[in-house]
Amino acid sequence: MTWALALSFIQGVASGAIRSGTSIFYAALGEVIVQRAGIVNLGLEGCMLVGACAGFIVASQTGNPYIALLIAAIAGGVFNLVLGLLVITRRANQLASGLTLLFLAYGLTSILGADYVGKRINGLQQISIPFLSDIPIVGQVLFQGDILWFAMLPMSGFVWWLLYRTRWGLSLRTVGESRVVAYASGLNPRSLQYQALFVGGLLGGIGGAQLSLSYARVWVEQMTAGRGFIAVALVIFASWHPVRAIAGALLFGGAIAFQLQLQARNASVSPFLLDMLPYVLTIVVLLIWGRNRQYQMPQGLSSVFEGTD
Amino acid sequence: MADALPVAAPQSLTPGGVKQVGVPWRQRLADQLPAGVAVGRFVGALVVALIGFAVVLLLQGRSPIDAYANMFSVTLGTAFGRSEVVVKAIPLMLCALAVAVPARVGLVNVGGEGQLYIGAWLATGVALGFSGLPIWLLLPLMLIASIVGGGLWALFPAVLRAKGWLNETISTLLLNYVATLLVQFFVFGPWKDPKSANFPQSPQFVDAARLPTFGAERIHAGLIFALVAVVVLFFILRQTRWGFEMRAIGGNPEAARRAGIRISTYIIGALVVGGALAGIAGLGEVSAIQGRLVPSISPGYGFIGFLVSWLAGHNPLLVVVMALLLGVLTASGDSLQISQHLPFASVNLLMALTLVMVLVQRGRPAEATR
Repeated sequence: MTWALALSFIQGVASGAIRSGTSIFYAALGEVIVQRAGIVNLGLEGCMLVGACAGFIVASQTGNPYIALLIAAIAGGVFNLVLGLLVITRRANQLASGLTLLFLAYGLTSILGADYVGKRINGLQQISIPFLSDIPIVGQVLFQGDILWFAMLPMSGFVWWLLYRTRWGLSLRTVGESRVVAYASGLNPRSLQYQALFVGGLLGGIGGAQLSLSYARVWVEQMTAGRGFIAVALVIFASWHPVRAIAGALLFGGAIAFQLQLQARNASVSPFLLDMLPYVLTIVVLLIWGRNRQYQMPQGLSSVFEGTD
Repeated sequence: MADALPVAAPQSLTPGGVKQVGVPWRQRLADQLPAGVAVGRFVGALVVALIGFAVVLLLQGRSPIDAYANMFSVTLGTAFGRSEVVVKAIPLMLCALAVAVPARVGLVNVGGEGQLYIGAWLATGVALGFSGLPIWLLLPLMLIASIVGGGLWALFPAVLRAKGWLNETISTLLLNYVATLLVQFFVFGPWKDPKSANFPQSPQFVDAARLPTFGAERIHAGLIFALVAVVVLFFILRQTRWGFEMRAIGGNPEAARRAGIRISTYIIGALVVGGALAGIAGLGEVSAIQGRLVPSISPGYGFIGFLVSWLAGHNPLLVVVMALLLGVLTASGDSLQISQHLPFASVNLLMALTLVMVLVQRGRPAEATR
């Protein structure tokens, strides 16, 4: 009996890790592209929020969650271009600009979403892969989920290919290492950084929309609850590598799922203390692994993180 | 093309030429009237932000004219409204200084909200634990507790940053969530007032634990703390060796290090002082405004303080002006909620738009490669 309990607990955490890690994964993947181009986007939390809100509104109006997903991605991309205006064209402080955009998103989504609080929508369908999802225990965890879960591995492979196997990716990474060198070798750093921000925003918007269209299926003000910041931290943990971002996202998703499972089973620990887990874990993980990763950091980012930009 | 290399030196510098030719009129005006131009530019940014917010209101089917008339008449039209602006400006000033001091050494402290919560939390602990003490002993103890609480909450990120292990922006941001959850844990659990049936809140403070207020309004002694902090910091940053060395670090850390300045000491010192100031803001809220610890002790003062500091360019005197301005917007958030049925958070949009415009103006004109 205890075995069965433990098994169902582990199963709950594992499938919860996937469900809550998916949004973090897409956001982190977008941030990998943006940071590879030499920009730290602390407004990612805001970008996710814009995606979540836009996606929910469109899903509520059209009833089609896939159109909603598309619009959410575009909304996130366009939102990130505002950051580009500040930090690329006007060379304003990146960290402060990112946070300003976060406040912008707080205000904007709270107004636009006000009429949608408490509404219900048709979220993204849960897809089960025939036969595979019938495998005991593992099947339901791995082969059942929304389309974004199944797209995770191909998407990170695609971004890896973009960054490491295309001329565009090479140019982008050059800009991230040194704008001066990139400019001297005939590239247009500003245009490339704008492109990176837009593509990163597409993924950030998708990450946010996963929350409102699949995970929660409701719209709540500030529903991202720090996931955008966790995603930024995750990029450091993943040492700016798109495929390693999956492992990180599942780890943090697991932390969220772990405390939710404990709460669902009436553990004798206060829910407020359990809620701290993902944030504390992020700091601890960055402390343990983040230090060694600094050597892998794109050169252009170090001045941002050291405050000398 | 915007990316073209700079073509030639400005005409005014070419030898033998006519001096003023080629100098844009804006540049000439800025040379002659720097303060006037700065104010003009800021008003311009504010107007653009107000227009942008009005457009969003229009799209939502609200009347911007009604909304603005209501916002400003409620806050500036009555004596009570004006006093409420000051009430909001007190924590905003303190939280803005919590950002401005670390910013002088190039640090981005986004943890004001969490530092405020921990300051309020520790002050509450003293107020509840030593409620028998006389006011002249209890209040100073609470003040010390709030300073220690806010300072400690900033010490951890400060040490990590000084060691070069973890960027302070990320750690202070994440610790905000931990701090608010810690306060929630206490007001839902150990400190829950047994007399308040379902409200999660601590018991009411005794009178000796209440910061005195001025007259009938809610303006409290925290105003004195805030203004003293503004003046003291203004002089320290401008007149002393500390201020000079902090600016040196903020300008060029490598050069400062080679000049023998102990950078890590300044990093820790600046962040801890900032945290302590935000902690005092927590004391004001818990001891003067609420009189007890509640889960939402601050409607985001720590974050709005961040905007205040960046709007003020981290200048302590300008912080006062900007805190009053954003105090108006914070106070009018309630009026938006009541008269326009918009969420309180909508004012964030107006505040953020203002800072976006200011950042756009202030940004360095793009060089080709940077």
